[in-house]
Amino acid sequence: MNDFFARGPALGLRLVLAVACSIGLMFVDRYTDSATQVRSYLTSAVSPLFYAASLPESLISSASEQLMSQQQLLTENSALRERLLQQDAQLQLLNFLQQENNKLRALLGSAPVVEGQRLIAEVLAVYSHPFAHQVVLNKGSNDGVNVHQPLIDDKGVVGQIVSVGPSSSRALLISDNTHAISLRAERTGIRTIAEGIGQWDQLRVIHLPLSTDIREGDRLLTSGLDGRFPEGYPVAEVTRVFKDDSQPFMNVMARPYAKLDRIRHVLILLPGNQLTVEPPAEEPL
Amino acid sequence: MRPAQGLGFIYLSLLAALLLTVIPVPYQLTLFRPDWALLVVMYWTLALPRRVNIGTAFVVGFLTDVLVGTVLGVNALAFSVVSFVVGVNYLKIRNFAVIQQALLVGLLLALYQLLVFWLSHFLTGVNFRPAYLWPVVIGMLVWPWLFWLLRRYRRQLKIQ
Repeated sequence: MNDFFARGPALGLRLVLAVACSIGLMFVDRYTDSATQVRSYLTSAVSPLFYAASLPESLISSASEQLMSQQQLLTENSALRERLLQQDAQLQLLNFLQQENNKLRALLGSAPVVEGQRLIAEVLAVYSHPFAHQVVLNKGSNDGVNVHQPLIDDKGVVGQIVSVGPSSSRALLISDNTHAISLRAERTGIRTIAEGIGQWDQLRVIHLPLSTDIREGDRLLTSGLDGRFPEGYPVAEVTRVFKDDSQPFMNVMARPYAKLDRIRHVLILLPGNQLTVEPPAEEPL
Repeated sequence: MRPAQGLGFIYLSLLAALLLTVIPVPYQLTLFRPDWALLVVMYWTLALPRRVNIGTAFVVGFLTDVLVGTVLGVNALAFSVVSFVVGVNYLKIRNFAVIQQALLVGLLLALYQLLVFWLSHFLTGVNFRPAYLWPVVIGMLVWPWLFWLLRRYRRQLKIQ
């Protein structure tokens, strides 16, 4: 029994050491800026593990694709063709509108909106941890991904990149506790902020005075004021408005359009080559 | 003291546990995923307290932080504390029946969840939901099987 303590310091001392180290780590990670860089290194260091972990799933999905019958493939193909045709038709109109918009903006003397490139990334891992809503993507700095770039899927805004390794990156979802996004209501144009509360299907819309005109079903779009997310992407729909006269603000909940719980592919919005307008300074709310 | 043997296999099992922590599962199951890494660390602390204790727990906890995306150090601290409790009482816990062990493991898992929640609450302001405690229940149910499996693993490979 005695030799239990023969090697290294006693158990209690080890615990004190470990706790001290952990608290130091937490402090550095949470309250200093150096942590982003460290996180990026760590992300790239553990990325093989993520590739290994997603291997079974990708094998299964590729196997199921192999086993799909020709009939199924044909049906899927024709459905996709039809969708492509419809979207192409819409796109023609969109191109026209965009040109018109740029002309009008030029007449007004404001800078045209620069469309950046989009990069398709696959989700390697989704964090199940309720206190950290993050995903790991299979694109990294080698593909031009950088910290703070926004992420969207086919329905709406998903999140933003928080750390980048050479071949993988990590993104914070809008539903994470530490995430907040600047929004504008489509119907009324009110500016507001939605913060994540750690649930996949809910965001809390904060700092709305009781007299604000907001209803259930209102669409909330990015306002572009935060300087991270470009303007006009759909984010969430208001699902619940609760007014309590004793509270200074309304209690408003919204449901994100993006299916955060089952994302497989996302688009990373890379900044455009041209110089973009400097986003206006953050206004106090 | 016997010379260490098969330490590599211990680390291999810990690596496998970390893989299980991040392996993609259907969305409906994510809340029910047991804390594999902590369970395996607990087993090794129980079986070979001289080889695996707070140091290993700290490192595995830190890796969990990196993999899971919590604030660095949160899981490291919680792993260390749980490993400490097991390391101090390993002789008693070994004598328990498997069912009693499972109950105790449940308590320790609850302690772990509580620590992680408290720290996350201070650091990032998360809110508590009872659903966060599912891993405790699942971990308790998993423990007897994991214990049996890892004991076979340890004896087959003569890890000591």
